[in-house]
Amino acid sequence: MTTDIGLWGVPLAILGGAIRVSTPFIFVSVGEALTERSGRVNLGLEGTLVFGAMSGYAIAYQTNSAWIGLLAAAFFGMLFGLFHGWICKLPKVNDIALGIALMIFGSGLAFFFGKPYIQPVAPHLPAISLGWWSDVPQVQAALRVNVLFIAGIALAIAASWMLKNTKVGLTIRVAGDSADAARALGIDVNNVRLWSTAAGGALAGIGGAYLSLYYPGSWNEEISSGQGLMAVALVIFARWSPINCAYASLLFGGAGALGPALQSVGVTQGYYLFYAAPYVLTLGLLIATSSTTRAMTSAPGELSITK
Amino acid sequence: MNHVLERTPHPPTRALSLETLGMTMRFGNFTALRDVSIKVPAGSFHVLLGENGAGKSTLVKCIMGFNRPTAGQLTIDGREVEVPNPRAAHDLGLGMVYQHFTLVPSLTAAENLVISRADVPAKINWGKEREALSAFMATMPFQVPLDVPVGRLAAGEKQKLELLKQLYLGRKFLILDEPTSVLTPSEADELLGMVRGLTTAGDLTCLMISHKFREVTAFADEVSVLRRGEYAGGGKVSDLSTADMAAMMIGEKELVRSAKRVETSGNVILEVKGAKAPDRSGFKTIEIGDLKVKAGEIVGIAGISGNGQMELMQILAGQRPLEEGEIRVKDTPYKASRTEARKFNVRYLPEEPLKNACAPKMTVAENIFFRDFDAKGGKNQFWLDGRRMMAEAARLVGDYKVKTASLASPIASLSGGNVQRAVLARELTGEVDLLVIANPCFGLDFSAVAEIRARIMAARNAGTAVLLISEDLDEILELSDRILVMSEGHIAYETPAATAEIGEIGKYMAGHH
Repeated sequence: MTTDIGLWGVPLAILGGAIRVSTPFIFVSVGEALTERSGRVNLGLEGTLVFGAMSGYAIAYQTNSAWIGLLAAAFFGMLFGLFHGWICKLPKVNDIALGIALMIFGSGLAFFFGKPYIQPVAPHLPAISLGWWSDVPQVQAALRVNVLFIAGIALAIAASWMLKNTKVGLTIRVAGDSADAARALGIDVNNVRLWSTAAGGALAGIGGAYLSLYYPGSWNEEISSGQGLMAVALVIFARWSPINCAYASLLFGGAGALGPALQSVGVTQGYYLFYAAPYVLTLGLLIATSSTTRAMTSAPGELSITK
Repeated sequence: MNHVLERTPHPPTRALSLETLGMTMRFGNFTALRDVSIKVPAGSFHVLLGENGAGKSTLVKCIMGFNRPTAGQLTIDGREVEVPNPRAAHDLGLGMVYQHFTLVPSLTAAENLVISRADVPAKINWGKEREALSAFMATMPFQVPLDVPVGRLAAGEKQKLELLKQLYLGRKFLILDEPTSVLTPSEADELLGMVRGLTTAGDLTCLMISHKFREVTAFADEVSVLRRGEYAGGGKVSDLSTADMAAMMIGEKELVRSAKRVETSGNVILEVKGAKAPDRSGFKTIEIGDLKVKAGEIVGIAGISGNGQMELMQILAGQRPLEEGEIRVKDTPYKASRTEARKFNVRYLPEEPLKNACAPKMTVAENIFFRDFDAKGGKNQFWLDGRRMMAEAARLVGDYKVKTASLASPIASLSGGNVQRAVLARELTGEVDLLVIANPCFGLDFSAVAEIRARIMAARNAGTAVLLISEDLDEILELSDRILVMSEGHIAYETPAATAEIGEIGKYMAGHH
């Protein structure tokens, strides 16, 4: 049964979309924020995301448990991160070039192993209904929140707290801001970056598992369509702050729901244009918040893109 | 009891004595340090003098465990010790304040101090740490804001924080590598006076690398001089004159004397009127109300780094757009385009020339040819004239005594002084009406400094208007006809060099007026 709620459907759909679509962005961008704060860029997260989606789906199907699938995705994601971090330890390796190679490698590997899992149906990750107080089905639908969304928000807050209040967090920031200073403090910069990249990879793997195990909820080769890459860009937009990464992901997810929402309330003309809303919005905000004369003070000093 | 204390791994509580015996360091065929023995008694203030490349840094790196000496011994408090790495040196109570900052720019002072400790807890209790920090700061003679990211502090404050950090970590033997190069005279006196106090009290032993004789005579007990990797002399400061020390440092080499100042008078070449632009942080404004430089005059702009000098240079070079006001060259509005610079004969010599005025991986010849490669005799050229480039470069390399393996070597392979000479050769060739210079002698050795200053003076005598922005007050005093002091983004003080008083200038540099 549906209740006609008229134009109220649009903000509701945006809210629901923000929650549903943003989750993988939160995981990938928070993970990448950690990696970049340690002074390295891992562009390969798109490949990690796709491989996480495939491996999570496959293992969930084999074991009949979405949670084991999720763990497997995190594990494989971590392996990808470790691989990236390990290669980058070698002299004269460029992290950006390696990231692009890993992006293609990860996707290709996922397609190769994932062929047999396009048909079968794996168990889904559970969702919590936060809309029980309402009788309106649209509200209930919008507020069906996956546990991973809540975990993602908690993760963003925890990561921000960690960067400020723990030895690990300060160590990551030192390594990312000044390798010389880090060495003077006796910090093994390469090791810090290796494990930061590994953590980023694991989180990207979880983001991938969300895609295949909850929304859209099946494995196919177009599952990511560049979300991993976009999440890496969101990190710059969020100025390397995990909390901002969560906000940026929500904004991006909400804007992404604008097109389908308008379509559902009967806007038939030009709604395709609204599919571009997230990109236009991001671009606009980036231009509005940038400056030609002011230095980007929050950028980690050791990143090869800011050097 | 003493015996037991010595064996414990805990950091020492009193000043340490240190001695090197026959310290030798070879890098392949090159001997950077040959058989150097120095003795620094506990609680003394010892200065290590020497030109660039004399082996001072190599010696202290051997002490701090960055280098493993090829031969030689290190003893601390009379016991022979092995220092395989910096951490081992820290455990022994040795600390070092480097010439470049080792603070992490995006971390606050408090975060920098806490993370530098060896025993940082996994979870940092900021409430407790903050209390401990304020208690520590209360015992210190100067303060540094704890909650501002270090990148936003002025150089003087950063240097103080570097020193505070070493004391916070409980170091009892401190190596200072030219610690006052970025400070005002009064700040330098304050800092060194404080170190002096700690050494006299027996809490600290200090080994300082310095070029400034004034500081040596005012604060140090003893001095050791290195020349070309060897011990060239030393002794008690009270027994030595400045001339003695200079002679030990330089050996028999002739110094190029600054060219004589000749009487000149000229028209106004550069004029900056009511210029306003945001500084690099975007929070403050740079305001230059009225700045004029005449032909045949050197106007020196003194100031502590971070008071807007870098931004002024960028404004003049067209890298920082003006919000208000204008720049006029020869009474014509000037926007610093390549065409305009060429038309009005404006040349720039920014600080850190390798970074700001060179393409580091391109060859010496190409870098020298940057100004002329696309024009010859007022006509634009499409094809690169390789033969002309080589001829020009060879001539200038000879004229300016640039030491390079070949014209085809990348300019980054040259030493700092030679990069500066090569850039100066490029910028001073041909007719120059206005020369804008920033920190031309930063990090260069004695003879290179003298030569470069002589070149600048010669350009002035030939009628060039020179604007000299420098953090080295001695340089400003030596070269300028008029001295301006820049503080907090504007020009705070102006005086003719002939009647300038260091105390007065220092006051304005420090912002007390």
